[in-house]
Amino acid sequence: MSGFLAVLVVVLIFIVIFQIAKASEYVSILKGEKKARQQSNRINGFLLIAFLVLGLIGVYYCNNLLKGKILGESASVQGEGVDTLIYVTLAITGVVFVITQIALFVFAFKYQEKEGQKAFYFPHNNKLEVIWTVIPAIALTVLVAFGLKHWFQLTSDAPADAAVVEVTGKQFNWLIRYPGKDGQLGRKANNLIDPAASNEIGIDWNDPLSHDDFQATEVHLVVGKPVKFVIGSRDVIHDVGLPQFRMKMDAVPGIPTTLWFTPKYTTKQMKEKTGNPDFTYEISCDQMCGAGHYSMRGVIVVETQEEYDAWVAKQPTQYSLAHPAAAPAAPAADAKADSTKTVAANIK
Amino acid sequence: MSNEATLHSQQEVMHGAGAHDHHDHEHHDSFISKYVFSMDHKMIAKQFLITGIIWAIIGAFFSVLFRLQLGYPDATFPWLESILGHWAKGGRITPEAYYALVTMHGTILVFFVLTAGLSGTFSNLLIPLQVGARDMASPFMNCLSYWFFFLASLVMMASLFVQTGPASGGWTMYPPLSALGDASIGSKIGVDLWLTSMALFVVSQLLGGLNYISTILNMRTKGMSMTKMPLTIWSFFFTAVLGVLSFPVLLSGFILLLMDRHAGTSFYLSDIFIAGKALANEGGSAILYQHLFWFLGHPEVYIIILPAMGMVSEVLAVNSRKPIFGYLAMIGSLFAICILAFLVWAHHMFVTGLNPFLGAFFVLLTLLIAVPSAIKVFNWITTIWKGNIRFTPASLFSIGFVSTFISGGLTGIWLGNSSIDIHLHDTYFVIAHFHIVMGVSAFFGMFAAIYHWFPKMYGRFMNNTLGYIHFWITLVGAYLIFWPMHYEGMAGMPRRYFDYSSWTSFNQFEGLNQFISFVVIIVFATQLLFVFNFFYSIFKGRKLTTMNPWKATSLEWTTPINPGHGNWPGEIPEVHRWAYDYSKDGRDFIPQTEPIGPNESAH
Repeated sequence: MSGFLAVLVVVLIFIVIFQIAKASEYVSILKGEKKARQQSNRINGFLLIAFLVLGLIGVYYCNNLLKGKILGESASVQGEGVDTLIYVTLAITGVVFVITQIALFVFAFKYQEKEGQKAFYFPHNNKLEVIWTVIPAIALTVLVAFGLKHWFQLTSDAPADAAVVEVTGKQFNWLIRYPGKDGQLGRKANNLIDPAASNEIGIDWNDPLSHDDFQATEVHLVVGKPVKFVIGSRDVIHDVGLPQFRMKMDAVPGIPTTLWFTPKYTTKQMKEKTGNPDFTYEISCDQMCGAGHYSMRGVIVVETQEEYDAWVAKQPTQYSLAHPAAAPAAPAADAKADSTKTVAANIK
Repeated sequence: MSNEATLHSQQEVMHGAGAHDHHDHEHHDSFISKYVFSMDHKMIAKQFLITGIIWAIIGAFFSVLFRLQLGYPDATFPWLESILGHWAKGGRITPEAYYALVTMHGTILVFFVLTAGLSGTFSNLLIPLQVGARDMASPFMNCLSYWFFFLASLVMMASLFVQTGPASGGWTMYPPLSALGDASIGSKIGVDLWLTSMALFVVSQLLGGLNYISTILNMRTKGMSMTKMPLTIWSFFFTAVLGVLSFPVLLSGFILLLMDRHAGTSFYLSDIFIAGKALANEGGSAILYQHLFWFLGHPEVYIIILPAMGMVSEVLAVNSRKPIFGYLAMIGSLFAICILAFLVWAHHMFVTGLNPFLGAFFVLLTLLIAVPSAIKVFNWITTIWKGNIRFTPASLFSIGFVSTFISGGLTGIWLGNSSIDIHLHDTYFVIAHFHIVMGVSAFFGMFAAIYHWFPKMYGRFMNNTLGYIHFWITLVGAYLIFWPMHYEGMAGMPRRYFDYSSWTSFNQFEGLNQFISFVVIIVFATQLLFVFNFFYSIFKGRKLTTMNPWKATSLEWTTPINPGHGNWPGEIPEVHRWAYDYSKDGRDFIPQTEPIGPNESAH
């Protein structure tokens, strides 16, 4: 019923607007085309200048209202460069924006049709055109130079001492694997994936490097220590988005990708800095991946080395979870024994 | 047949006796040949426009539906269940339906409205009229072009009604999501229908584009050299070139996708585990599709915006009573944009793991494209400087176009710089950027053109007051909707999310999202007002009393108020000058058909 009423009200408003519009057209015919045009010109000229003024005030107001809600300082060392570049670009484009918008609306207002006014025949002027070709070209060259400098830093190889974390996307969550003590991830293959046997990633247990790998539900990182994400996907394309660290990289099935950064603040420090007790570093999926795309959330905990070590010590290796019968003392079991154990695990 | 032949045989034409000349065959037009399978470019233009308007209403309505979800995630709207059925159980849109709506909104607006509805309409209407031709080079191909578009529309429309729903992987349709029915319900029959429809659409675009190019190159009237053409024609020319060269690449990408779906190939698939089993596909690259897609996808945004640029140039010059400033620079920048458009596609792929060295070239070329765009903006502003501007709805929309083109164009400089793109990629910043620069701007160009050339199409005016209301609400509304989205994007808020409430990083914009959704509804209602004005004016609008209501110089205003098939009843006029002699030598305007006087100053 209320829906019906709402539709009725909208239709009524339409009819009223339409009747006014129709009447104003009759009036303008009565007044004569010229006079009607002068009148509507004055009104629209005024509205254009009003739009400019209110618009610029609105831009300022909107900025005041929202600037506290967008991310503060970058939480990674590498992100600082991104932020600097954003501010430089904002300054350049902001100046151009204000100048061109003011010129556009002020000229439109100032040179509106007036009795006796003649337009100025001004078809071209080479000097002007060269000026406004060269100036943007120089400004853009500066931006390209700055941008590429940061780009090559951001995409450079991770330092040799960087920690390694593997992040694998699947519909609709992130699978996180650490390389364990040896610092190397074991081989994986998609045809080895067997969720029932605690092998969501498809780790190849024949590779001894895999035996100390452990999986986690959250990514834990050490503050101030560079970390390299090895990113993959086991179904469709996902994207590891790390807004606070200013980082992003697609997770593509079949094509591993990487990104690296150095976290600057622990989660605890960020809670204090932002004044938000619920602050969490989140991994968002930034590439449309299906119906659950919006819920594909991962959590990153940045902590001190001691807290991190304590956490690592508590993590069981995935090998031990997948092979509950295997004694932890004999991790290098041969392949044959392995497969029987997998079967055992399956039955279990 | 060439125009030369037409001109030489004008005697025959006037008597309707030219056996090879079907232009004046108005005597046996049946309803079918006049309104349905018409070969008159003006009627085909109207067909494109009205089909485009219908699609625009559907596409925009979809955005209202998903904005309801974004603005009011906890509310229920029982009426939604009555129109969407199990897609909105209990009055709340399901995630599957949300993604289907988002995908269809993009597809419909980008391809069916802003490509077919915009360039299809005005290329068809204006090319023969402004270059001085009786019709397109091939009227039959032109007719086919519309009907292929119609077929594409039918298939796309049908996909909305299948049990598993339409395609829902985003308008870019990236595999493997779009390749695997197990990955998403929309990737079942929905994607097949989507691909079929798009293939038909590509055929339609190629038929149209080849026609536009050959008409412009071969059928200009006597005296109409390339540099005497209005900028509209130049922009349609470059648009057609872009489409003809890039749409086939898109089609090849779609065919490979179709084969991956049904023929067991692995062009895009590798190492996939889905629905509890590992697929046998090996060695494909999901990124290959993105290269093929964006090789069209990026030129596509220029296919959308170039016609708007051309028409805005024309409307601004006519209504400022001044020549367009820097005519040759305008053509040069159109040309530069057209070339660069093919060399920037991978800037959509900075975060796919693209080789950073390769990425550097795309940064350079992408930012380079800002130079011709800047030239155009400065030239438009100089065109209105010291003019004598009449604020018709068309000229207001043109000023609005320049404003939104600046706002959206400048944020392109942010996104084109790969380091910034890492942070802003796939966030609301991107949504704000491309909606302002190619959504709102292109629509403003289209509205300007509709208000400006409506008298040529129907021999009547649209209602001005409704036009002004339409303009002001749309301009203010567009900025209110998209400006704050930049801030959401700066916070890293990802696009294509059904619900943000469980995220601590993005849930601070609840009130803002509600505000945006509210404005969306008002702006949508205002567009309905425009649609009403359009259809009402076709039948009841104020009638034209003169052939040249805007006092414009170009050829279309030398045709009768309601031109028949063939456009000019007698000889096609000869052209002696460019199309921008406004306020020259103390005269308000000098039509293109007037010979250069002995004492006239050169421009």
